[in-house]
Amino acid sequence: MSIIRFMDPPFFRQSWPDLERLRQDMDRMVKRTAAHQAGSQVFPPLNIYEDSDAVFVTAEVAGVVTENIDISVEGETLTISGERKSLPREEKSSYHRREIETGKFSRAVALPTKINLEGVSARLQDGILAISLPKAEEVKPKKIAVNVK
Amino acid sequence: MTEKELQTQQKREVRQNGEPTKPMKQFIPTVDIYEDENSVTLLAEMPGVSKNGVEIKLDDGNLFIEGTMQSDQEMAGKTVLLKEYEVGNYVRKFSVSETIDQENIEAVMANGILKLVLPKIKPAEPKKIEIKAG
Repeated sequence: MSIIRFMDPPFFRQSWPDLERLRQDMDRMVKRTAAHQAGSQVFPPLNIYEDSDAVFVTAEVAGVVTENIDISVEGETLTISGERKSLPREEKSSYHRREIETGKFSRAVALPTKINLEGVSARLQDGILAISLPKAEEVKPKKIAVNVK
Repeated sequence: MTEKELQTQQKREVRQNGEPTKPMKQFIPTVDIYEDENSVTLLAEMPGVSKNGVEIKLDDGNLFIEGTMQSDQEMAGKTVLLKEYEVGNYVRKFSVSETIDQENIEAVMANGILKLVLPKIKPAEPKKIEIKAG
């Protein structure tokens, strides 16, 4: 191994391509892992949809009752928080399998546009929370009629 | 923060030998199973499945649960901004070793969680035979 002084110009001339290659490899690795675990680990998993009038957010919150969910919109941030409690069971029973996790959750998402706060509505059915957030008037796309003369 | 925050569990897809004929994906629901003196209770997490979409079969010690989800038709035609969970059906099979009283199985579907109570058949009470002095 040759020893190169840190400030020697040749060192840099040689390393830049290497460093660049390393950076590209790292990028590729990060991208691959990100694609693998589609989505975030934060509970609840969300789907967000949009049309010209509103933004729709749906969340999988099986086992959470209405009283234990809080939804708030502040500016362009939507926060869903709450708690999933375990169902009551016989005290003497013993577990064979325990896969359903319980606990508190809180999740904030940035919304793509301004929201008309008055019109926000939410519905919880069969463990799916659906929130509909109408867009504010000023951000709705306007149709401009073209007059033919 | 001292308390553990709830984490999302990635949905596991069912691995099949053949190709599925239905276009929807099939997932394995997460379950809790516990047992006490009188019954075995199974909880299965199936968000999006309504009361009518559940099918439960028990034969020869094989318990089969299936949940059919309503497809999210109302979201069709809208632009997807984020997709963290996929819509699909839930399928899972168990072999039950206990002798189950098939007539009295109870199933409740609430908030996307299926609760299945499988009562055990009680062994016949030992009969005490008194011996009379002759």
